[in-house]
Amino acid sequence: MKVAVLVFPGSNCDWDCVHAAEQTIEGAVVDRVWHTTDTLEGYDLIMIPGGFSYGDYLRSGAIARFAPVMQAVAKAAAEGVYVLGICNGFQILTEAGLLPGALRRNTGLKFRCHSSQLHVANADTAFTSGYAAGEVIDIPIAHGEGNYYCEDAVLEQLKARNQIVFTYTDNPNGSVADIAGVINEQGNVLGMMPHPERAVNSLLRNEDGIRLFTSIMKAWRERHAIVG
Amino acid sequence: MFKAKVYVTTKANVLDPQGAAVQQALHTMGYSAVDDVRIGKYMELTFDTTDRAQAEAELEQMCKKLLANPVVEDYRYELED
Repeated sequence: MKVAVLVFPGSNCDWDCVHAAEQTIEGAVVDRVWHTTDTLEGYDLIMIPGGFSYGDYLRSGAIARFAPVMQAVAKAAAEGVYVLGICNGFQILTEAGLLPGALRRNTGLKFRCHSSQLHVANADTAFTSGYAAGEVIDIPIAHGEGNYYCEDAVLEQLKARNQIVFTYTDNPNGSVADIAGVINEQGNVLGMMPHPERAVNSLLRNEDGIRLFTSIMKAWRERHAIVG
Repeated sequence: MFKAKVYVTTKANVLDPQGAAVQQALHTMGYSAVDDVRIGKYMELTFDTTDRAQAEAELEQMCKKLLANPVVEDYRYELED
């Protein structure tokens, strides 16, 4: 399985994403891909990491969405390739219109950096099949602008289509409906503010993120009829 | 040559945490009459062209695509000679 981890000027969780993919996905070949690249042919999973991009001037992710590589992400997403945007990656995906809504400044104005308890609201996705529905998992957050917003009509749609994948048990940022992560209608693009790539190693005393990556591996294998 | 003044504001129904914090500070300072504070962005763009219609059409696109996020923000602009 080939994995691309995008790198923008200011990305700072890219190596964490590389290590997480290598450690959790059996046989994964992981490349870091610079934002000026204009093709992502051949990749099975594209990860857009956390950190910052282009200084996050104007709005988080606003400028990054026009990077050449984002055209390639849009194309790959339309073809069904798995796309996982974490933190700044989630912000970029909403700015690019690949996911609904927007991420605003935390209501408390503080940068929140601590562990967070998440409900797995939808365990029936390519990213979450390894979890039980309603299971509570511990995945750390680290953001100043993670306050998810969408109009009421969009929220109703998200609920009706089961697109809310993770919710906070204790809302840290003012997100509507406690939303921590949403998936697109086709089910191949997931954006989330918490960092699963920081929760894949017993040395760090948190392995709750592992099953997110193994779920993707399982979905990819099923899609390609690889047994084992 | 045209100069554009672009104003980007948070939509009325969207909470503005920064505005709320500033309002609180103003109250602490004794300005109790302040009822609401909304923080937005102001941008100045200069255009090197004589085609006003073209500049205005492009400005509209820029606002929609980049300068404002229509999910949470409104925009308006003035184009001056």
